Amino acid sequence: MTDSIKIDILRYRPESDNEPVWQSYDVPFTNEMSLLEALAYIKDELDPTLSYRWSCRMAICGSCGMMVNGVPKLGCKTFLRDYKNGMKVEALANFPIERDLVVDMSDFIEKLEAIKPYIINDNPRALEDGCHTQSPKQMAQYKQFSMCINCGLCYAACPQYGLDKSFTGPAALALLHRYNQDSRDAGKAERMKIVNAEEGAWGCTFVGYCSKVCPKDVDPAAAIQLGKVDSAKDYVIAMFKPGE
Amino acid sequence: MKRSNEPVFWGMFGAGGMVAALFTPIAILITGLLVPMGIIPGEQFSYERLLAFSQHWLGAAVIWIVISLPLWLCMHRLYHTLHDFGIHAGNLVKALFYGVAFAGSIACATLLLLGLV
Amino acid sequence: MSKRKPYERKMGATWWLKNTFHTKYIIREGSSLVIAIYSFVLLFGLFRLSQGAEAFNGWVEAMSQPGWIVFHLLSLAWTLYHSITWFSLAPKAANIWLGQKRVPDSWIVSGMYGALAVISLAGLILVLI
Repeated sequence: MTDSIKIDILRYRPESDNEPVWQSYDVPFTNEMSLLEALAYIKDELDPTLSYRWSCRMAICGSCGMMVNGVPKLGCKTFLRDYKNGMKVEALANFPIERDLVVDMSDFIEKLEAIKPYIINDNPRALEDGCHTQSPKQMAQYKQFSMCINCGLCYAACPQYGLDKSFTGPAALALLHRYNQDSRDAGKAERMKIVNAEEGAWGCTFVGYCSKVCPKDVDPAAAIQLGKVDSAKDYVIAMFKPGE
Repeated sequence: MKRSNEPVFWGMFGAGGMVAALFTPIAILITGLLVPMGIIPGEQFSYERLLAFSQHWLGAAVIWIVISLPLWLCMHRLYHTLHDFGIHAGNLVKALFYGVAFAGSIACATLLLLGLV
Repeated sequence: MSKRKPYERKMGATWWLKNTFHTKYIIREGSSLVIAIYSFVLLFGLFRLSQGAEAFNGWVEAMSQPGWIVFHLLSLAWTLYHSITWFSLAPKAANIWLGQKRVPDSWIVSGMYGALAVISLAGLILVLI
């Protein structure tokens, strides 16, 4: 008894295609099969020309982001059993398609670098001072925002990023918030320049879909709203300190 | 990157959003449905009662908040929705949108203050 | 020579119809249309109030026309949708702590529904007494 499932994939081969085209594949269905395994089946058994990215197969490397029936998903965390009527698979939205399901994420990577995602401290603790201590409250301020795996699903979910690529976007702003909230960090003033800008927190209209699609339950929408609160405070302080 | 002046509008948007969420439903129910449909008797919503309410400083404050602040929510959202629909409006349109909220707030305050004195 | 030829997909003006979450977002933002009109209806009522009894009664009379009843029914439903979405999102912009624990979002949401109930009841009492 071999059930099968129809998977439509948006193909794009830059050397021959001027625009992407849909191609249909029939894949044998098992209850435990993930979309990533189905793609491997297609590549091994049906069509070796199919390109897609993957690595860990367990939702930690963030490589296999793709649109499944218009929703950003990790291929490894998506199961055929939830799509008995078939699935339409497409490269991650809001990024340029490099080939088939592979997108060009360089803009996202540049944004991640721009927010200085590391602890900044001009007076680092000396070894003899012992280890850093953080209260549960100090740690809870940033911990969930540090769980991001940079898969880019939130950028594919965000219409503001889609409409205007200058927007810093959910994951980068969430990571920015993560470092700003860390009690060991002293780089907030530098990073606030990004938060305060139109391209920073203010490019967000709180659609909220970024938080919904995150496979690691990070809440970028919350981080950005808290960034807006920070920025509003910063704005009032700046009014009393002209020339800065 | 340039500092945005959005915090000012966001502050008014937040206040307006809260008022619209908490006060506007009951206001619509009373002025738009229960009174016009006669479920609340007309004498409870008479000229004399409303005038007295609007001439008390607390009543005037409630009326101003209920009328003016949601305008800031609405004009803020409508302005940003233009962008969502692919219309990238400039500063003139922005001034026009927030100008509507500003003009409505001032008109409302003027009417109430004229009643108070 | 590079063989790269990245393909950019266009969003188009109907992007918000292609995903239910995005459609709901536009419906949420759309509540602004009726809330703004309602504010101006009230503002006009206040203007008529300032012109005397006859003018004000004319405004109240006008509000009982079927068209306005339909508008207010639509406005009430759409404004309540605004309230529901506002309450569910507002806690994300709040960072309130009790000791070492963050106040759960559900407390803030329940608090706002409670406030809506109290304010609505107070409004009814105010007009009925």
